[in-house]
Amino acid sequence: MSKPIVATTSLAGCFGCHMSILDIDERILDLIELVEFNKSPIDDIKTFTKQCDIGLIEGGCCNSENVHVLRDFRKNCNILIAVGECALMGGLPAMRNGIPVKECLEEAYLNSPTVDDKIIPNDSELPMILDRVYPCQDIVKIDYYLPGCPPRADLIWNALVALIKGEEMVLPYEVVKFD
Amino acid sequence: MSDTLTFTIDGKECTARPGQNIVDAAKENGVYIPILCHFEGLTPAGTCRICTVKVNGKCMAACTTEVAEGMAVENETPEINDMRKVILEMLLVEGNHFCPACEKSGDCELQAMAYRYKIMAPRFKFTFKPRKLDASNSKLILERNRCIFCKRCIRGVLTEDGKHVFAFTKRGSEIDINIDKELAAKITDEMAQEAMDMCPVGSIIRKEQGFAKPIGARKYDSKPIGSDVESKAVNK
Repeated sequence: MSKPIVATTSLAGCFGCHMSILDIDERILDLIELVEFNKSPIDDIKTFTKQCDIGLIEGGCCNSENVHVLRDFRKNCNILIAVGECALMGGLPAMRNGIPVKECLEEAYLNSPTVDDKIIPNDSELPMILDRVYPCQDIVKIDYYLPGCPPRADLIWNALVALIKGEEMVLPYEVVKFD
Repeated sequence: MSDTLTFTIDGKECTARPGQNIVDAAKENGVYIPILCHFEGLTPAGTCRICTVKVNGKCMAACTTEVAEGMAVENETPEINDMRKVILEMLLVEGNHFCPACEKSGDCELQAMAYRYKIMAPRFKFTFKPRKLDASNSKLILERNRCIFCKRCIRGVLTEDGKHVFAFTKRGSEIDINIDKELAAKITDEMAQEAMDMCPVGSIIRKEQGFAKPIGARKYDSKPIGSDVESKAVNK
């Protein structure tokens, strides 16, 4: 049987969840035996080259590119897992949700004390900022959720192995945390 | 009248004193019933409904229901557990909790309960309703984003002459928790700590005291909420 194919991406996140994937330490050698990686920052494959079995999503959606990438993942991955607080509930980026976008942009690009050229970026190449930060499940169907900021490496490991082997996921109390 | 009542929780025989509510009686019998609005020493208010149990087949708030002789209480059934999960999930999506940025994370009762009921993510959409933070007091921060309107602070934080430091304003979806600025200005360090401890979430935070305990040493880092109550049942 061929190995399950895994893809990963980071949307509006800090890459901490990917760091947590790497925190499985030497088990990463076992993981390479278990799965084949496709589009992911881990192997630097930029575009999907085949249909994937599992997609891991870090971060929520704060701009139009995030939405595009997320929908692309939904299309190309049979199972989609939201990884971490930002993917699940918007996380720290969503702290701007109570502030109008105009005010956020003005604070960042016009009023911040460290800004020299007071211009709000407005190039057509740049993704559009959304009205607020959306958790992944607000945009596409998500199959599984792994909470944490970042999720503990053991949680990611346990979940992946259980999913690949078709076993029930073991969730010790210490590995499921929201922070 | 007998000074001991007998009743059952999920078939387990328990005893209680007349006038005792189900939550407190259960606790003494080593049975954990989750509570958010109830707090030791305060008159039960029944505001959060997380302690909902079935008494003789009818849903009741266990904190406001007194034990009666021969009562049959259902507590840990799939139906009740899912009901509690729904309440927790609604509380999680209605506030802006942002656990990783909260000083009470690890010591938060709402969060700990979500762990206990194995909530990976709420089934509802987050509302992201704008709520204002009040840091005008010299000793406390009132972080409304995390308030679950349990009324503990209103009932429990009083001045020496019995005046309420906290109060609700408005009603329904517009309800808000507020602090009396004049009374709060006179608040002592002890009262500030008491208010923070009384809040089940991170809505009342002492200034310059946040993140006092490291991850791993916090109240609910290694043991689920309620395990202290349940461990007494084993030792009984």
